[in-house]
Amino acid sequence: MLALKNLARRPEFAAFVGTLFVFVFFGYFGWPTFTSALVTAGWLNVAAELGLIALPVALVMVAGHLDLSVGSILAAGAMTYAILTGHYDLPDYIGLPAGLGVGTFFGFLNGLIVTKTKLSSFIVTLAMLFALRGLVFGITRLTTSTVLVPVEVDPFVRETFGGRIWRTYENAIILWVIMALVVSWILYKTKFGNWVFSIGGDETSARAAGVPVERTTILLFMGSGFGSALLGVTQVALFGSAQVSAGQSYVFFSIIAVVVGGVLLTGGYGSPIGVIFGTMTFAIVSQGIYSTGWDSDWSSLILGVLLLIAVFTNNTFRRLALSSGDKKDESLSTARRTDPQTSPEPATTKEATVV
Amino acid sequence: MSDDRTPYISVENVSKVFGGYAALDDVSLEVHEGEVLCLLGDNGAGKSTLIKILSGFHQPSSGTMKIQGEERVFKSPRDASDLGISTVHQFGGTFELMSLDRSFFVGLEPTKGWGPFKWFDRKTANEIVVREMQALGITRVSDGNRLVGSLSGGERQVSAIARAVYFGAKVLILDEPTAALGVKEAAHVLRIIMEAKLRGLAVVLVTHNVTHAMTVGYHFAILIHGEKADDFAKGERTREEITDLMAGGEAMGELEAELARLVAAGTQPA
Repeated sequence: MLALKNLARRPEFAAFVGTLFVFVFFGYFGWPTFTSALVTAGWLNVAAELGLIALPVALVMVAGHLDLSVGSILAAGAMTYAILTGHYDLPDYIGLPAGLGVGTFFGFLNGLIVTKTKLSSFIVTLAMLFALRGLVFGITRLTTSTVLVPVEVDPFVRETFGGRIWRTYENAIILWVIMALVVSWILYKTKFGNWVFSIGGDETSARAAGVPVERTTILLFMGSGFGSALLGVTQVALFGSAQVSAGQSYVFFSIIAVVVGGVLLTGGYGSPIGVIFGTMTFAIVSQGIYSTGWDSDWSSLILGVLLLIAVFTNNTFRRLALSSGDKKDESLSTARRTDPQTSPEPATTKEATVV
Repeated sequence: MSDDRTPYISVENVSKVFGGYAALDDVSLEVHEGEVLCLLGDNGAGKSTLIKILSGFHQPSSGTMKIQGEERVFKSPRDASDLGISTVHQFGGTFELMSLDRSFFVGLEPTKGWGPFKWFDRKTANEIVVREMQALGITRVSDGNRLVGSLSGGERQVSAIARAVYFGAKVLILDEPTAALGVKEAAHVLRIIMEAKLRGLAVVLVTHNVTHAMTVGYHFAILIHGEKADDFAKGERTREEITDLMAGGEAMGELEAELARLVAAGTQPA
């Protein structure tokens, strides 16, 4: 019973319940197709791709920021790769790192602007979303005169990033698992992770405690930029082309996955495992709808309602976490009963000699 | 008040001007190890400005600061904490949603392992935080995994003091540590202040509460409109004198007389 109670207090618990709920829901209404290997691969692939962005974005959000620019950074990374290899015939070992590098660079720019100007990351990354979209369109048209650049992807890259296991499960699932392990390690096991929590909890106190707030924040935005570009090049490897308008939907998808995954919008609280459940919930709803025979429009309604429920339960679970343990006043039982009005020296106890 | 010993901090003729307004005007003070200095004053008297200068958040517009007799300029809070000056803000540990061990070690995490695989040693952190909290009388805390937000205001205050002491602070600056606490908890925090003093730390206690100040204070400084109005040792002033000074001099007597008239009028049948 106690173990169950402790489990319920973990930040990922609500997210797990959410995933279980939608799985059972579509398992019932989508029976028997929903549980087939093909449909499972369908939603797992969607979850994996979204997870590549949502996991680093979750770190940004735990630190109390938002990153809305992921859509355009995805396109920038994908286009850089596609233009360099598909249009200028440069080798993949230049094009692919360049694509990832461009994504990381724009993440760096986000972080730099946010930390130097103290403007809210919501506005800064929204501006980046639009400015970078314009830049990607402009440069792509100027260099290739089209908006869709086909790529003859190097066989090794195609197999690594765009390959499929048993012809159904995308290799992106492996990248997703690696990303989850890396992000979990960073958040739970490193000093850096502790700084992320502290910045999200109270930036001023974190700074006063000696946390390098600026450097940490910039690195977090570089992480989400890298994750977005990674999905960008992965999609190029999968489809053999890059499109200027790719990725825009991930702006909101990633936030939904992260919030449904239990990360507080105000920062300071959240877990990568929860976010994995968040991406799975999102994927199950958006893909599971096709097994039910209902119109796919209904999935947006379900996602919207789920998002609202998630925010509400996040707040409830946070309250539960804060109230953990009994609030009995035992701590003061050892404090000697002293009346500060009359006794000028209340603190000469035995402990005082323990130095 | 002069003394033969070298003070840990000595503030000499410090002024701070914000946009033409003098928040602090020619203030001199000494902070000695093993002593509690109470900084008293009404709202806006310059107490916060003074402790922000002591802790490196602000730089004085004029005047100097000496640490152990040596002139120092603090460019950031980091400079102050490097010299053992630690500020504990109101309410203490502000990372509500972090576990106690995580918040205790923010910025100073113990690590294990090597190179890029160094990890935050939660086990050690947990043991230390429980030990330090218990040493300061918070026996309820037996697991560093509990969230800071689940602690009471007094316990959080104590955890912040424990942190400062653990990391070798020489001076503790406490900004209204008892303001939001109940009677019992406030007494506990005052006890911890005395304990810090007995361990040889210098304590600068900012408070509104004359009773709390008189309980633990050894040395008192009163600020009025940014100027040091009085500076005296324990036993040199009565409670009434201190209260009047804090409220800005004679005003308090008049206020009380007027209040008494109103109360008398209110008790008579209309």
